[in-house]
Amino acid sequence: MIRLEAVNKIFNQGRPNEFCAVRDVTLDLYAEHATVLRGPSGSGKTTLLAMIGCLSRPTSGRIFLAEKNLSGLPERFMTEVRRKTFGFIFQRFNLIQGLNVLENVLLPAYPLAPDHAELQQRGMNLLEQFDMATKAHAKVEWLSGGEAQRAAICRALLNDPQILIADEPTANLDTHLAQEFMRNIGKLKAAGRTILLTSHDPMVAEADCVDRVITMRDGQIQEDRYVA
Amino acid sequence: MKHFLRRQRYLIDFTVASLARRMGKNLGLLGVYTLIVFLLASVMLFTQSLRHEASLLLVNAPEVVVQRMLAGRHELIPEDYLQRIGKVRGVAAMYGRLWGYFYDPVVQANYTLMVPREHAPVSGEVKVGHAIARTRGLGLGDFLSFRSAQGQSFAFRVSEILSSDSELVSADLLLVSEDDFRTFFGIEPGLYTDIALEVRNPKEVRKVAEKLTVLLPDTRPILREEILRTYDALFAWRQGIVFVLLAGSLLAFVIFAWDKASGLSAEEKREIGILKAIGWDTGDVIQMKFWEGALVSLGAFLLGYLAAYGHIFFFDAALFAPVLKGWAVLYPKFHPAPFIDGLQVATLFFFTVFPYTVATVVPIWRAATTDPDAVMR
Amino acid sequence: MPTNYDTISKAHYRLRVGTLPLILLGLGLLIFAISLLDAHWRAQTLQAGTGAALVAELGLTDLALFTEARYTRHLSQADRHSAFQDHPLALDHFPSGSLVPPPERLRQP
Repeated sequence: MIRLEAVNKIFNQGRPNEFCAVRDVTLDLYAEHATVLRGPSGSGKTTLLAMIGCLSRPTSGRIFLAEKNLSGLPERFMTEVRRKTFGFIFQRFNLIQGLNVLENVLLPAYPLAPDHAELQQRGMNLLEQFDMATKAHAKVEWLSGGEAQRAAICRALLNDPQILIADEPTANLDTHLAQEFMRNIGKLKAAGRTILLTSHDPMVAEADCVDRVITMRDGQIQEDRYVA
Repeated sequence: MKHFLRRQRYLIDFTVASLARRMGKNLGLLGVYTLIVFLLASVMLFTQSLRHEASLLLVNAPEVVVQRMLAGRHELIPEDYLQRIGKVRGVAAMYGRLWGYFYDPVVQANYTLMVPREHAPVSGEVKVGHAIARTRGLGLGDFLSFRSAQGQSFAFRVSEILSSDSELVSADLLLVSEDDFRTFFGIEPGLYTDIALEVRNPKEVRKVAEKLTVLLPDTRPILREEILRTYDALFAWRQGIVFVLLAGSLLAFVIFAWDKASGLSAEEKREIGILKAIGWDTGDVIQMKFWEGALVSLGAFLLGYLAAYGHIFFFDAALFAPVLKGWAVLYPKFHPAPFIDGLQVATLFFFTVFPYTVATVVPIWRAATTDPDAVMR
Repeated sequence: MPTNYDTISKAHYRLRVGTLPLILLGLGLLIFAISLLDAHWRAQTLQAGTGAALVAELGLTDLALFTEARYTRHLSQADRHSAFQDHPLALDHFPSGSLVPPPERLRQP
């Protein structure tokens, strides 16, 4: 479903502090699979994730989404793809401070301008699903780690994306909440979504729902293992 | 189209929620902004109204006034000058005017004494302007005493008080009979203060003035069009003075607004990154920021302008009264009528709304166009 | 799994946060438009009134705005040098002198 061909990402190209984050990566990711990118920090997994999710462009190489070449698209279309296909969960949740949970969850749909009542309904349904309905009007600053995590998941799911991307999702959670998170991931995968995670937490790589673990080091793929 | 409007509404929702996070600071900013617009708009509306009022009122002033000069100073003009002017073509009517200033130490005010051509009061009586009546607490039948040029005491009985709506031109007038005037000031018969001319054809006025300068070399003609132009320029000039005085506060505000609106904090940059990462494109971010600037500045403009409108036309420019009065004791009470110069309002709108909106949008341009992957770090 | 719509209580729905500012702005614009119309209408119906009649009758030439100094009371009739009486030791020194420039005509050589 997602294919990468000889993808490179170099930061500060041409300058003395030039840094190659991703080196010549070729990869095929399949639909309805949960894949984990493992590796120490600096291994390039986050950068690779960003490129797959259309948050940045590769310096060279190509990325295909369902046979469509993404890397050549102008910014407008990239955003369109990003909006429709990907849902993001960030390491530090990245919720907008000062707004409440419902407002944060509905944000991704604002540029699409759907009918307001229907949008609110959609948002509330999602919050219900993740037991956050009672906190719908609470300010995000007051949420606990687990609640913020769930709010972030709801936001990622608002536009019903096919592919869910999470960067170090369990880094700020305790074991209990981490396990709960992985359970949720399992449910989402069962519902037909494709999951892509980065983590250096062994608990994530060893979770039941994970199909494939790709280990990275120094911007290159070291190991590509299928776990049944 | 409907989609576009709906999208704008969503963007406005976000903008307002975003502004509400720092409610106090943003309300303060709005408040100061409104105040500045209020002051500028008040001055603008007031001077516009005065200027128009002046041109309306003085439209019937004599076309030419001939003043005699002696050693560069204004001097009384002899009666036979009237005969000399009589031969100039284009002059429909002419008459000598008698008027002068009198300083009343009782109220420390300057009065203008004048002799009307028609309906002059009888000897010993005076028609007073409304402001004088108000300041000295005069009613009909009361007496006014002054000291004449010879040191004698003159008493005048008030026979009429001029109407209040003519106060703008008559506030300080005292109308007396010719005999009383001459005796009081010690002006001999055969001398007038100046001569007023009526010229029917407006195109002829300059010609007449030119002829007069040749005919009567020790006089200067004062043209009505010059008077009106003077007042026009005067109000524009004075308006400019007030603007300059306000410039200090304007500058402070500009600095504050610029600091606030431009230069993104790390927090703001991060937020824009987040918005882009969750699916907003550059256009959405910029439009959202545009609304932030536009809502505040438009709100400030409307509030400030309407407050100024109410202030000038419903409260008779109450805040300006002390400034305009200065040390004047006799201040005409008048009700400014709204004469709006569309161009000036449009200029005020443009200079209020445009720079602030631009100052809000421009700084985020760079952040809005970069890839959001920095958010991932 | 999607829940029944009926179970979502209406209490969750509030007025959109952007509605109030938009309404206020709309109101402001409306009042602004009314003020322009009001000014236009008043300008049409205004007559100069008794003031203009008095001006015609007496042959007045100036507004009585500044009455404290003689050179500002009748601006158009002021003496050439009076307009410059802003010296601290000058006898009649009034604030209006600094606000009011001499008429254009007198500033020409």
